[in-house]
Amino acid sequence: MKPFLIALVALVAISVGANQILTEIGFSTSTAGTSTGNVRLTD
Amino acid sequence: MMRLFGLIVLLWTLAVPVIAQDVPVDPRASTGGAQTLEDILRRQEGIAVDDQFRRDLTGDPEAAAATVDQLGTLGGASDPDLWRAIRYGTADITTQARGPAAKTLIQDGGMWWLQFREGPLLKIAIYLLGGTLLLLTLFYFIRGRIRIDGEKTGRTITRFKAFERFGHWLLASSFILLGITGLLSLFGRKVLIPAFGHEAFSALANLSKWIHNNISWAFMVALIIIFVVWVVHNLPDKTDLQWLAKGGGIFGGGHPPAKKFNAGQKLIFWAVIVLGTSISLSGLSLLFPFEFNLFGHTFSTLNGWGAPGWFGLADLPYPLAPQEEMQYAQLWHAIVSIILTAIIFAHIYLGSVGMEGAFDAMAKGEVEEQWAREHHSIWAQRVIDDETRRTGAN
Repeated sequence: MKPFLIALVALVAISVGANQILTEIGFSTSTAGTSTGNVRLTD
Repeated sequence: MMRLFGLIVLLWTLAVPVIAQDVPVDPRASTGGAQTLEDILRRQEGIAVDDQFRRDLTGDPEAAAATVDQLGTLGGASDPDLWRAIRYGTADITTQARGPAAKTLIQDGGMWWLQFREGPLLKIAIYLLGGTLLLLTLFYFIRGRIRIDGEKTGRTITRFKAFERFGHWLLASSFILLGITGLLSLFGRKVLIPAFGHEAFSALANLSKWIHNNISWAFMVALIIIFVVWVVHNLPDKTDLQWLAKGGGIFGGGHPPAKKFNAGQKLIFWAVIVLGTSISLSGLSLLFPFEFNLFGHTFSTLNGWGAPGWFGLADLPYPLAPQEEMQYAQLWHAIVSIILTAIIFAHIYLGSVGMEGAFDAMAKGEVEEQWAREHHSIWAQRVIDDETRRTGAN
């Protein structure tokens, strides 16, 4: 059952890794759906 | 003179209906162009109503009274005109929010999706998954466990190498977790919230969403692995026809010859690849909202071919609002996943309790030689011949 256990480890590693990568590159629904353009932040 | 007058009156009374028939009758004249009771009743019965008469009623700036007149500053559009324009996506909306869906304040097609998602979709899931489990249980009681017919040899041959089993278990474990978390999301509002309350479901839903979104990558990686390592063994050939003609020997006994994978396993393989790819694509569309729009373009292409007409259907909706793209992706993702889950139930059954010796193939990688001779005779003979040659050469 070694391949099964390695698969479980890979499952966790891929899932956490993918989440880290997407978080690091700043992909989130808030950054994708909003912009500071046309917003007067300094006034 | 009276006779002439009478003739004129007679001709006039006869002519008026003819003239009246030539004038098109406005079905909404009684409501001044607004929807009628018939329109409302048809819509409530789910019958399509051509709402073009409302879509265009969004006011006319040219009709606005001059600013010097009383009430002139209100412009040429009334409040109902404005709401209609917002509802049908023709209002000139300015917003600081970005993204394709930011300017859609009312999405007219959303209710259909919500009602389908909370009604028929849940029933499809229950009937298909529950029905499959029921059929498998019945099958077990009728047919029983498929035993190894011949005498066991005590020798084993290698069925799957470690990397093949790794790919299979990565796919299997990710699929099971995706299936459970997917069903939790699908049944959450209608079943779990009433049963456990909002707060308990909130924590579960957050965890479920994180698992579902992130484990999806492992599923896609595993899908590629099993495609690469097994596609050669799953190409159809003439032995499959013989296997299918005998129904795999499930009823009536006998073991039709098969290579590494029999026709039933090949069907499972291609179902996993095709449906799994489709689920992955619609999943990516949902994972990155509004980035991958799959359905609008597909509907437009199918309409161009006249495909809906082949089945006596009207053209598919096009163009789609950004939310509609997501809604179609969600429905497709859910329905295809439910179908694949039902197929995988059968696969899990036959790979475990349904057939003696089958689970060893994935658990240990080694199978009883007699099992291999019965279920995969062509493949088993080749492996044994190779082994004999190798042993002889040494």
